[in-house]
Amino acid sequence: MKLIARLTLQVCLLTAACFAAAAAPEAAKPGEELARMADISGHYGGHLTIGQRSEPKTLNPVTVTDAVSREVIGRLMGDLIEINRSTQQTEPALAKSWKTSPDGRTFTLQLRKGIRFSDGYPFDADDVLFSFNVYMDEAVDSPQRDLLIIDGKPMQVTKLDQYTVRFVLPRPYAAAERLFDGLAMLPKHLLEKQYREGHFAQAWSLNVPPAEISGLGPFRLKQYVPGQRIVVERNPYYWKVDRENQRLPYLDELVFLFVGTEDAQVMRFEAGETDIISRLSSENYNLLSREKSRAGSQLADMGPSLEYNFLLFNLNDLSGKKLDEVAAKQAWFRDLKFRQAVSAAVDRESIVRLVYGSRGAALWGNVGPGNKLWINQTIPHPPRSVETARQLLKSAGYSWNASGQLLDAAGHPVEFSVITSSSNSQRMKMATLLQDDLSHLGMQVHVVPLEFRATIDRVFQSFDYDAAIMGLGGGDADPNPEMNVWAFGGTSHLWHLGETQPATDWERELDQLMQQQMVTLDYAKRKQLYDRAQQLIAANLPFIFLGTPNILAGADARVGNFQPAVLDPYTLWNADELYVRGPAQENAGVR
Amino acid sequence: MRASLRTRLQTRLRTKTAILIAVLAGLHFVLLFAGFFAPYDPTTQNRELPFAPPTRLHFADDSGFHWRPFVYAWTSAPASDQGDSYKEDRGREYPVHFFVNGPSYKVLGVYEATLHLFGVAEPGELLLFGADGYGRDEFSRVLFGGQISVAAGITATFITLLAGSILGIIAGYYGRWIDESLMGVTELFLSLPWLYFLLGVRAFLPLHLSTMRTFFLLTGVIGLIGWARPARMVRGMVLSSRNRNYVLAARGFGGSDFYLLWRHVLPDVFGLLLTQAALLIPRYIAAEVTLSFFGLGVSEPVPSWGNMLSTLQQYSVLVSYGWLLAPAGAVVVTSVLYSSLSDVIHSRLESH
Repeated sequence: MKLIARLTLQVCLLTAACFAAAAAPEAAKPGEELARMADISGHYGGHLTIGQRSEPKTLNPVTVTDAVSREVIGRLMGDLIEINRSTQQTEPALAKSWKTSPDGRTFTLQLRKGIRFSDGYPFDADDVLFSFNVYMDEAVDSPQRDLLIIDGKPMQVTKLDQYTVRFVLPRPYAAAERLFDGLAMLPKHLLEKQYREGHFAQAWSLNVPPAEISGLGPFRLKQYVPGQRIVVERNPYYWKVDRENQRLPYLDELVFLFVGTEDAQVMRFEAGETDIISRLSSENYNLLSREKSRAGSQLADMGPSLEYNFLLFNLNDLSGKKLDEVAAKQAWFRDLKFRQAVSAAVDRESIVRLVYGSRGAALWGNVGPGNKLWINQTIPHPPRSVETARQLLKSAGYSWNASGQLLDAAGHPVEFSVITSSSNSQRMKMATLLQDDLSHLGMQVHVVPLEFRATIDRVFQSFDYDAAIMGLGGGDADPNPEMNVWAFGGTSHLWHLGETQPATDWERELDQLMQQQMVTLDYAKRKQLYDRAQQLIAANLPFIFLGTPNILAGADARVGNFQPAVLDPYTLWNADELYVRGPAQENAGVR
Repeated sequence: MRASLRTRLQTRLRTKTAILIAVLAGLHFVLLFAGFFAPYDPTTQNRELPFAPPTRLHFADDSGFHWRPFVYAWTSAPASDQGDSYKEDRGREYPVHFFVNGPSYKVLGVYEATLHLFGVAEPGELLLFGADGYGRDEFSRVLFGGQISVAAGITATFITLLAGSILGIIAGYYGRWIDESLMGVTELFLSLPWLYFLLGVRAFLPLHLSTMRTFFLLTGVIGLIGWARPARMVRGMVLSSRNRNYVLAARGFGGSDFYLLWRHVLPDVFGLLLTQAALLIPRYIAAEVTLSFFGLGVSEPVPSWGNMLSTLQQYSVLVSYGWLLAPAGAVVVTSVLYSSLSDVIHSRLESH
């Protein structure tokens, strides 16, 4: 009987929660230092729905690792300094201003006064200190920790007064203010107890009651229905206002629907069940632009992304691993002329056309045309030439037998397999094109599609593969996030993981350049260093760069202020500014 | 009166069987000599023509009607707002010629040949079923893909029936504990979820297997896991014929086990095996298609009906390029033909 009563009560509460109107934005308090978005205007009310490829795993901003969870968490949390996805420059956020010392080691941040968390609790320097303690705590094991530990020493954070915080870095660090984007400020009053008790990692799972989670983002958690959706509602205390001094966000609610796959995302969008879609493939983009029922929707081609897709040869040290077959092939892979020949034989134009439906760009280096600030324009773009490739192979001692098969100096036929994730149809297609391209050189290439995790495991752990097609990058335009790829010993130094010392001179130079650019504060000097790094990479081909897709996104015609960007999160970075045009205004009620 | 009706029915059945067998034989003949019937090599990519629609055959132009059909080349306008769009280039006609020389292929995997049934002059393209995402001729791929899929079906059926009948005969003829243990095993085999089992098994195999090895592995596996059902049927037949009077009589005259089986029991089982074969072949073709669809079969660029269909897992491809469903049509036609054959064989056995 008691159980029934409790269940009935729960059902009533749930129903009430579903139909309750979102909290109205609070009027600005005197002394509250709000950020004014001078060129933003819109209307209150309405909600937007977004289809997600999978269900988020957590709402904990410190331990999150997957993109889907980050998409939700990013709407709930605020950072001290933000990267404006549209201009790619940093902007004041929770810190209204900051000063850098001439030696580039000390940052003094002024926090906004009088602003509040989404539960109404005030925010100040203690929350900043607490947050950085958590991020840098080894026991919490946050993926962002690596960024804050420089040369093995943590960043020092001191509170100067209630609204001033000083950060001292162990050594100069270029573009250090960009580090603050993506470090969510945590509410000390809600999380301190769990942190002290040592189970911070378990905090804020998906089942957290909305009253126990708060942040400084434009929205706050309203409801989580396992397997179906997460609903977030307006944070009535959000610290940004628009041109007319109306407190943002405009939307009452954002609904994240878990739909499963990219295709399901497209179908839901096509049917009008979701309003915003990002990371579209060109086929789906074309499909949506043909679709009559979606006439008037805003489809955007933002140009080449910052991601780079490449063919990777296994140059890892395999001694002590029982991988003799792979080790035997490494003699080819280690030969620069062999890699150059492969690169010369790759038909990058076809990759752009067939894989990206002409909505993409060919790549000859790790920085693509999407990164205007850092690309080295002098990197050569040699056209495809099977002839050049053959010459290169010939000069390296390779020959061909009567049936056209390529033989190495010892007379062994050149045959290897390329693994790639079967769930990524674009990379699968690249592999098939590559297989055909290399067959013109007499190489026998086998394409082996593997489940995503199996691919990652072979590339990162077991090293049991000949070659792989992978993709990296896309996070930020700055070179610093690339440190873990190009500096030796980095976690994504894929061609030779766990190197104890650089195997070649160019690797040594590349490592030095990357370390140097990280401590150089002047953009022009830094650019010079990074240009040289790009040159080394393009000349020595640890990766054979293939191409990068354009960022393609779409939104319903009703979505106002829709402004997708080439940096992740592509469409929701300005969720606080999005609004619903048209009839929804009437439904919005009196505000 | 009754006799004549029966004769008429039998004649009709006989004609039907003859027609079905002829059509099926024709189909297999075309697949067997796919190189001759296909105008192109199934793995050659034409990167100018991704997802080109089927070429239209024309009989009339401005100058009037022609007995010899001709085609126009596709010209593509890439990167329009809606993807690749193709238009016929009316500037030049490419008449279809028969018995032309083209890309070389191997007859029955041995003899090199270049003769093709039909084709058009370069740079014209005769894409009867359109092209796939790499600009490969879908028609040629359906024919070559059929070689793998149908051969897999037939080989696997042969393996199944061989294993099934041997074990069924042993169980049925010798009975007792052999029977009981074998039938126990069949129950185990019938209850395993095979698709998931195979997906798991693939993970333990080496990264790369050659096409031939994959093919034999695939047929071997499909064939061996299917033996349980025919084994039970054969066992039933053997059990009943074992105790027939003429068998008992033969045994009384001192006939050996082998003699009895060969002379009296097997002929009874033979009809059953034929019907089963006609039923199992399309089922095993479908099994190959399913496994290849999930990436467990022969791999790119070699076509099979299953791996060709796997591109349709992408929603955009499925709704935009209908001609890529051609392999599905081929599977349906083959399956219908085989199951009709199984029907008529069954009816004929009944009427005897």
